[in-house]
Amino acid sequence: MAKLQSTFKNMFLSLFGICLVVAILLAQVNKMTAKPIAEAQALKLENAIKEVAPHFDNNPVAEAYKMPAANGDSLLVYPAKKGDELVGFAVNTYSNNGFSGNIQLMVGFDMQDKIVNYAVLSHAETPGLGSKMNEWFRETTKPNQVVIGRNLSEGPLSVANDGGQVDAITASTITSRAFLEAINKAYVVYKASDGKNQQEKGDNNE
Amino acid sequence: MNNNLKVIVNGILKENPIFVLLLGMCPTLATTSSAINGMSMGLATMFVLIMSNTVISMLKNIIPDMVRIPAFIVVIATFVTIVEMMMKAYVPALADSLGIFIPLIVVNCIVLGRAEAFASKNKVFASSLDGFGIGMGFTLALTLLGAVRELLGVGRIFSLSIYPESFGSLIFVLAPGAFIVLGFLIAGFNILQKK
Repeated sequence: MAKLQSTFKNMFLSLFGICLVVAILLAQVNKMTAKPIAEAQALKLENAIKEVAPHFDNNPVAEAYKMPAANGDSLLVYPAKKGDELVGFAVNTYSNNGFSGNIQLMVGFDMQDKIVNYAVLSHAETPGLGSKMNEWFRETTKPNQVVIGRNLSEGPLSVANDGGQVDAITASTITSRAFLEAINKAYVVYKASDGKNQQEKGDNNE
Repeated sequence: MNNNLKVIVNGILKENPIFVLLLGMCPTLATTSSAINGMSMGLATMFVLIMSNTVISMLKNIIPDMVRIPAFIVVIATFVTIVEMMMKAYVPALADSLGIFIPLIVVNCIVLGRAEAFASKNKVFASSLDGFGIGMGFTLALTLLGAVRELLGVGRIFSLSIYPESFGSLIFVLAPGAFIVLGFLIAGFNILQKK
């Protein structure tokens, strides 16, 4: 077959035909992968909640609700229950003040204002410096830098450089500040959910 | 030497996209912070190269010259999108670590360059071999670059510990280290080529 000449009709038909075939192909692949992609994301979320919240046997994802935080934004709260008893919360929190922008965390609290665990969901911090936050704040041999087990009812956390109680990651004070900002934000929302829960409980008892 | 073999070896040695042509520097420098990332990026690009070279070579007679570039881009973008969706569905951890660089394969000049320089002028089989050869050259170069950076930076290769992380020099994991290692690897490659 000889090569098609570059007339308007040929160009139009050729590009149209290629785009049509490609669109159908992509639609098929999209249909095929949509379910596994959604499953993979749900699994990631579920694992993060499992990691940070106290042991539970309900389905926190199904019972998740939005809770307003300061400045008009709101965070997703996943309640962890055992039987019907509430044992803690996992809060999906974030900060936009990281060294490279947005940091997403999952923070778990028990019912006594203590941080159970945390998980870093996504970040763009410098590899080898700010990216250490996933290990740094749980290094149990160095009590000054651990946030797990801290009781936030004593006031918000801040880094030692700002007169706070948590040692910042070496050479990554900005990341550490953003990390603690996200944790404090989560605590405010946790407090609000806890209050709301107790109110409901009181209503039920009456 | 057999002609088919020549096409493959050409892609790996004489026209190695990284060490000789210096094409596709953006993903090269950005994704090679570890050997496994470099290799995955290389393999993803190789798949796109083989598929797009094959399809473009098949379609070369029904694509008029004046619209060849948009037609090539559409074909390439299709395969990149397929790779991206497959990765997200079946290897989500890898998709997370390569992030934006998978969709960016669309604008990787190696892929369009091979479509324009080879696939649009050669037979289907030779074109897919060329895609394989160039993709292989790209993958080997990225894996080597990633391995050297990972070794010097954090003392590991493919996450296998070689020496303690604290002796590593972090600069090799960061962007400047990518440039430094690439420079030395190109110099080394040139010395070998001359012999």
